Amino acid sequence: MTASAVPALKMQRRSLYPGWFYAPAAVVYSVLFLAPTFASLYFSLTRWTLFDATFIGLDNFAQFFREPFLIQGLVNTVIYAVITSGLKVVIGMMLAVMLTSQIMARGYLRSVIFFPVLVSTIGVGMTFTVLMHPTLGMINQTLAMIGIQGPGWLVDPKLALFSVALVDVWKGVGLATVIYIAGLVAIPKDYYEAARIDGATKLQNFFYVTLPLSRPATATVITLSFIGGLRTFDLIWAMTKGGPGFASDTVASVIYKQYQAGFYGLSTAGNVVLFILIAVLVVPLTMFLNRKQGHE
Amino acid sequence: MKKSRASIIGGIAAIAATFVVFVIPFLFIILMAFKDKQQSALRDFSWPNGFHLFENLYEVIKTRNWMMITAFINSSLITVVSVTLLIVLAAMVGFVLARRKTKWNGTIEFLILAGLMIPPAVVPTIWLLQGLKLFGTLHGMILIQVAYNLPFSIILYRAFIATIPRELDEAAVIDGARPLDVFFRIILPLLWPVTVTNIVVQSVGIFNDFTNPLYYLPGNQNATVQLTLYNFQSQFSTAYNLLFTNILLITIPPLIVFMFFNRQIVAGMTAGAVKG
Repeated sequence: MTASAVPALKMQRRSLYPGWFYAPAAVVYSVLFLAPTFASLYFSLTRWTLFDATFIGLDNFAQFFREPFLIQGLVNTVIYAVITSGLKVVIGMMLAVMLTSQIMARGYLRSVIFFPVLVSTIGVGMTFTVLMHPTLGMINQTLAMIGIQGPGWLVDPKLALFSVALVDVWKGVGLATVIYIAGLVAIPKDYYEAARIDGATKLQNFFYVTLPLSRPATATVITLSFIGGLRTFDLIWAMTKGGPGFASDTVASVIYKQYQAGFYGLSTAGNVVLFILIAVLVVPLTMFLNRKQGHE
Repeated sequence: MKKSRASIIGGIAAIAATFVVFVIPFLFIILMAFKDKQQSALRDFSWPNGFHLFENLYEVIKTRNWMMITAFINSSLITVVSVTLLIVLAAMVGFVLARRKTKWNGTIEFLILAGLMIPPAVVPTIWLLQGLKLFGTLHGMILIQVAYNLPFSIILYRAFIATIPRELDEAAVIDGARPLDVFFRIILPLLWPVTVTNIVVQSVGIFNDFTNPLYYLPGNQNATVQLTLYNFQSQFSTAYNLLFTNILLITIPPLIVFMFFNRQIVAGMTAGAVKG
């Protein structure tokens, strides 16, 4: 190869994959996502009216950790994320095992479990608000028929957050299920063959073959639903608006309420708190899930 | 294959349980949409006394000066334009990112992951959109949807492009294709399967989006279908038949998508689950 051919080839390769292909996406993403994210770090330290901002240091954050209802929002967010992702993992796994076995009407089962994923969250929230009405709702009326007095799903402060979380699981478990199905069908059949020769029971099959080998799917389900749970807003807003009182407020609903009330600095501080919460919880979580994977 | 009695009983139990949990809420929506105002106020699971679906539909659509029509036009416009932009921009990034290894790749991948995780800073975004004169406009909403959904689309494209042999690009150049032709005429058509996945998954997400229009698209002339449903909640607080007709109406587009593109949706949403 001659000396002049090398740069020529390099030139050609470079223009085949032009760097400016990044440009349009980079402009939109930087201006509308990255710039506001960086700006939020400054504006969270100010009293802000959109027209002028007065620097007040960490006052907004101090307020966030002083006001009981703001702290409750923070605690609720973590509880909500843990409950929803936990239930999605367990139920999603069970449904996926069922749907990959020789069960009848697999197509029907898969469709009805998955369809709620595609339906509008607001529509689902409103439907279940009606279904969960303490006296007129279909759930409690059905329970009454068999002699059980149903709880006040959304009006009982102790229960409201859990009720919304249950609806979240109802809507989202289909996604967890299809992710698990994709993970389960990728497990080589040899493992089950070997387990069968060793005389493993169905239960042992599940705990020693299926569960460890579907860990990548578990990692995806946990990460996706945990982030989704921490950021959740629309379902809570459609069902309880954070109520009764502040019983089902999350950081995202607090951000919206402070924005509505015109406390822009405090609202932005809420955004930064949510960002830190996600970073602090999700980064170690994904590192833990992926490290375990490396041992296999 | 011979099925044991236990598995038949298990199958029937599974069908019954999923019917109660997942199908009955949708039947409830449909039944409520068929009822008149008086019967729907009972909010029970009963057969409608008469056929009132069409008058309910008419009532919902003409509420507040035919707002539902405006909303459907706006939502469709936002969805179509932003998904088109997403496809082109994400495919370009995915292509170069998968093919060209430079010291920037790590940074770009970090930014993509950050976009998937970090919640958007809403008030600073509103402030910025006001400065750009884009706040409360469909243009602004479209650009926001593009910015927020780019990372997911790029990930789908990059993974798929990595499976297309690089020799194809070089063969095309030797055959006399210009560099831009390589992408637009050779690579982009090959990406069709993942493009369909992208279109379907992103359309459903953007059509169903409530939070972003709530923040960035205030005002009646800009209503989207999700915002309209939310606003009608107070208007229809005593007319459950109309509320559920509205819910039924906005459930139909995802249902159609689901019937035709079930496979692509599942493929898109489970991408990466096996590899982790």
